[in-house]
Amino acid sequence: MLHEPAVELGKDKSIPKKTRLGVVMFLIYMVVYSGFVVIGTMFPEALGVKFIGGQNLAFLYGMGLIVLAIVMGLIYNFFCTRLEDKLNKEEQS
Amino acid sequence: MIYQVSSTAIIIFIFFVLTVLGLSFFFARKTKSASGYYAAGGQIHWAVNGIAFAGDYLSAASFLGICGMIAFFGYDGFLYSIGYLAGWVVALFLVAEPLKRLGKYTFADALDAKFDSRAIKLTAAISTLVVSIFYLIPQMVGAGAIVTPLLGLPHWAGVVMVGAVVILIVATAGMTSTTYVQFIKGGLLIVFSLIVVILVLNKGIKLNPSADYHKPIVLAATLAESRVQAVADSSYHVLGQHEENGLTFVKMTKAGIDSWWKLNSISSTPELEETLTVVETGDGRTLYNGEPKEAGKFYQVGHVKKIVVNGREVEETGPIGPFKFIKTLGTSQIVRFTQKAFTFAGEKITIYFQNITAGSDIIKPGLYYKLDKGASIWSRLDFLSLMLALFLGTSALPHILIRYYTVPSQRAARKSTIVAISAIGFFYILTLFLGTGAMINGSIDLGSSNMSAPLLAKTFGITLFSIISAIAFATILGTVSGLIVASSGAVAHDLMDKYMKIKMTEKQKVQAGRIAAVGVGIVAIMLGILFEKQNVSFLVGLAFAIAASANLPAILMLLFWKRTTAKGISWAIVVGMMTSLILILLSPTLYEIYGLPAASAPMPLKNPGIISIPLGFLTLIVVSLMSKKQGAAPALEK
Repeated sequence: MLHEPAVELGKDKSIPKKTRLGVVMFLIYMVVYSGFVVIGTMFPEALGVKFIGGQNLAFLYGMGLIVLAIVMGLIYNFFCTRLEDKLNKEEQS
Repeated sequence: MIYQVSSTAIIIFIFFVLTVLGLSFFFARKTKSASGYYAAGGQIHWAVNGIAFAGDYLSAASFLGICGMIAFFGYDGFLYSIGYLAGWVVALFLVAEPLKRLGKYTFADALDAKFDSRAIKLTAAISTLVVSIFYLIPQMVGAGAIVTPLLGLPHWAGVVMVGAVVILIVATAGMTSTTYVQFIKGGLLIVFSLIVVILVLNKGIKLNPSADYHKPIVLAATLAESRVQAVADSSYHVLGQHEENGLTFVKMTKAGIDSWWKLNSISSTPELEETLTVVETGDGRTLYNGEPKEAGKFYQVGHVKKIVVNGREVEETGPIGPFKFIKTLGTSQIVRFTQKAFTFAGEKITIYFQNITAGSDIIKPGLYYKLDKGASIWSRLDFLSLMLALFLGTSALPHILIRYYTVPSQRAARKSTIVAISAIGFFYILTLFLGTGAMINGSIDLGSSNMSAPLLAKTFGITLFSIISAIAFATILGTVSGLIVASSGAVAHDLMDKYMKIKMTEKQKVQAGRIAAVGVGIVAIMLGILFEKQNVSFLVGLAFAIAASANLPAILMLLFWKRTTAKGISWAIVVGMMTSLILILLSPTLYEIYGLPAASAPMPLKNPGIISIPLGFLTLIVVSLMSKKQGAAPALEK
């Protein structure tokens, strides 16, 4: 079975920094997502305009939003894990 | 349409159900405590939990609904994929870890962590029940829709079957068995969807999707004073003609079978084009293309009219990569079908006729949500409202939130969310190819958009169809299990234990959860039968809008605004929930269901999110500022 051992939720010194990072990354994604919604609402014809590789903006932007969510998730996890390791180690030492 | 029952499908289906039940009874022996029942003891590995998240989230609406909507309306269906995934960004960056820190078993636990307010316990539990039940109905309706073609059983039998299996899964081992069912189903769904997409790309785009594909017949017609007198095939006899919104439909008969045709007078030679029809006769019979349903004449549709590759017309592309596939679709012409309904000589006629659509319109929004041609301020606001509800709804769904309590740590909660985003994101990319693949491969059943993905699999053989159908059924099992765990937690843990303060031992708490699961399961079965004719995607959208309006303001403000009070939270839940419900009941979609003209609906928007979500936030802020602070809101930086 792939279970990890149970871990008590101890004190985590990295919470403030992780929270700020989360809020910043959320705002970045929200701006990009809002861009898609605003273009769709105000300038729908722009979504049909062809860009890279003969693909239109709707396809590139839509796929881009999905891929961006995955990439930003991985970046967020990388920095959060580093913050937890660094700050909680400092706490212990 | 009528589907042939396959013995392979039955074997695969029975095998899956037995495996799932075996798993549940295995874990049941280990489930002794409330923590084990509601939160799988908090011991699920983050990777398993991540895929289980995907299994929980990718419901009938995602697999059957989105693929079907893309098959019917192109990119507009893909908007749901984009919005549903974007919602996970809110869950990951803002909600996952704090919620793990605050909660124990349920969403109400987290909201009430710092207040100990009976009002929060009550309103959060009711909100959990309302959202979960609205989410349950389409899953149960979807179960009936899938079981009918798969096993040849009536709709109610499918609903009862899903209900019974899920009650057994949940009542035996609670969250542990639910997690593993969702894990297996999530994994299978992604793997087999990928296999279908590879097969679609390998087949490429063809003018004739298969040897037995029925392309609508066209007959030359003779007109006199704008009325059709005769057609090129003398075995047909003209019976009548009907004008509807500038379109002319002609009724003909051949060998005692009546059919409807659409008059195309664009060319110098008038032509009649074959249509698909559903006719409700005066004596109560329903005929499909002039014959009873069992005759199988209501054939599947969807094909390409013209394929253009590098500026040159071709008959087929051969195997093709994913980017080339989309690019080629964008330069081709695709035959979609448009529906019209009218009454003729006492018969109710529903007619589906060819609508040749430029590929460039398929690969951008606008065929369902009017944004460009024929757009109004309301249609644009509807699009905005939908995208807002999808973005903010995910992280407010109680059955998704409880999965954060099944892992041992905040780090595991975060990692499992990233696994979920990756798995779900990958699946949503596949939906564009599954939907457009169904659109061009004769895999559309005009009577049920939900069957597009399984019918696409059927074009590659009955075994793949059986597996995909069994997975679709499993998809429903997984999601319904999660919803019933969330609902039973709301009843037994939030209401009985915390709100009513009924004294219970650990064993009695588990018993209460099991009894609540059986009760909610029975209610779900009844609603699934009652709502048979309702649109699956619409009901899921309703659940998202209610969740985003009632729960999200409470979650976000609790986490990020220190002046939030218990009264503010409970009033925001009540106002958000009631406003979204009332606006939905007054919407054009519901007016159509009531049998009233959509234009007479007092609420012009189909989705209430753009009004009810800000109202939820506003209520929380105003009530919090007006009320005396009751306990401290959780400080994030503690």
